[in-house]
Amino acid sequence: MIPAAFEYARPTTVDEALQAIAAGGDDVKVLAGGQSLIPVMRLRLAAPETVVDLGRVAELRGVRDDGDAIVIGAMTTHHDVMTDPLVQQYAPLIAEATETVADRQVRARGTFGGALVHADPAGDLPAVALALDAEFVIAGLEGRRTVSAGEFFVDYLTTAVEEGELLVEIRVPKLAGEWGMRYEKFNRVAQAWSIVAVAAVVRRENGHIAEARIGLTNMGSTPLRATAVEAALAGAQASPETIAAAARSAAEGTSPSSDLNAQADYREHLAQVLTRRAVTAAAGL
Amino acid sequence: MTQINVRVDGVTYTDDVEPRTLLVHYLREQLGKVGTVIGCDTSNCGACTVHLDGSAVKSCTVLAVQADGGEVTTIEGLAPQGSLHPVQKAFHEMHGLQCGYCTPGMIMASVDLLKENPDPSDTEVREGIEGNLCRCTGYQNIVRAVQQAAGEMRGATNGHVSAADVDIAAAPHVVGQS
Repeated sequence: MIPAAFEYARPTTVDEALQAIAAGGDDVKVLAGGQSLIPVMRLRLAAPETVVDLGRVAELRGVRDDGDAIVIGAMTTHHDVMTDPLVQQYAPLIAEATETVADRQVRARGTFGGALVHADPAGDLPAVALALDAEFVIAGLEGRRTVSAGEFFVDYLTTAVEEGELLVEIRVPKLAGEWGMRYEKFNRVAQAWSIVAVAAVVRRENGHIAEARIGLTNMGSTPLRATAVEAALAGAQASPETIAAAARSAAEGTSPSSDLNAQADYREHLAQVLTRRAVTAAAGL
Repeated sequence: MTQINVRVDGVTYTDDVEPRTLLVHYLREQLGKVGTVIGCDTSNCGACTVHLDGSAVKSCTVLAVQADGGEVTTIEGLAPQGSLHPVQKAFHEMHGLQCGYCTPGMIMASVDLLKENPDPSDTEVREGIEGNLCRCTGYQNIVRAVQQAAGEMRGATNGHVSAADVDIAAAPHVVGQS
């Protein structure tokens, strides 16, 4: 199907984009890579009055080193994120998870910021951002503000980005010490969304797990941290038995949905299995 | 209407399009590039894959206005008229198709894959074309075709492969369309 008619704006700077959003009427959609927005517009699940296309806003693309963090521009494509040397060096978990997003054609167009701000609970990057304690820089006509990953994901397809605002960049702190990372994803066909996935980031110290951060994909209306597992692993010996025991709490505090792909209890089971695998790999075992 | 300038298969076009026009509809209906087909309504099947500024994209999931100022290559512009790209030739020789509907997209995705990874494993080929669905072949001969093309393209001197001559008796429909 063809999208419903809309007004089209193509700004070249963030300021112009914010002006276009403000002038766009009641129902404005921001077009990043379009790999989620165009399909929903084609299905007429969205019929915005105005589409503001960020494709020409060059300042939103690319990855830069900013001292204690790397900063990923919201319009950096999945392909460019995956192959970026800074991402590979400081946040290989992002590259690993991004490789599993959709397919190469979608990764050529789809963007890091677009996927995060779309906030689909089955999307891979929100849980990764949560596990890496990423920060989100949001621009508005009044200036910029920064929110933590925990505050950014508000509900199903809903983030802290308010009307009239724009996600401009994502700051990913560089990790000090000996860290291991792993993204474990379960789906049934190659280009499908995650039924459940787990992002694990583990700091190792003298045969122990000093700190573990675990992000869960598709275990609720937002990405979640497996806080019970994190608490059980903090300071624990890095052994398969300890990790397996801790991983049994992975579904605590979650509220996964039941749908055509899986029932909620099956998702709870998957969360435990994938947490065990992800932490084991991240711990270097 | 919005005016766009776009280069498609080596020819520059200036056209007025509605912003909601999908690239695939622009290619097929305004330019007559019907070699690029539409297989689904959900961005899944990859049959409409073309190259936009050097990368494979699903042209049903790109607006024509997003291609403004860009360069598009479709299956029709992959090789000079009357000849076949090595990947096209390999699909023909290795029976990488049955009904043929997915073939334009399969070939465009494969060419994109081989540009980035000239010597892929079978698994890498399968992952590289994961965005393209084929309901006939079971993919076996598609993977063989991509591997044969990869070998031929690697073996070519100075990395450049000239297009193969077409066997006119076997493929009369691809010649003589001046």
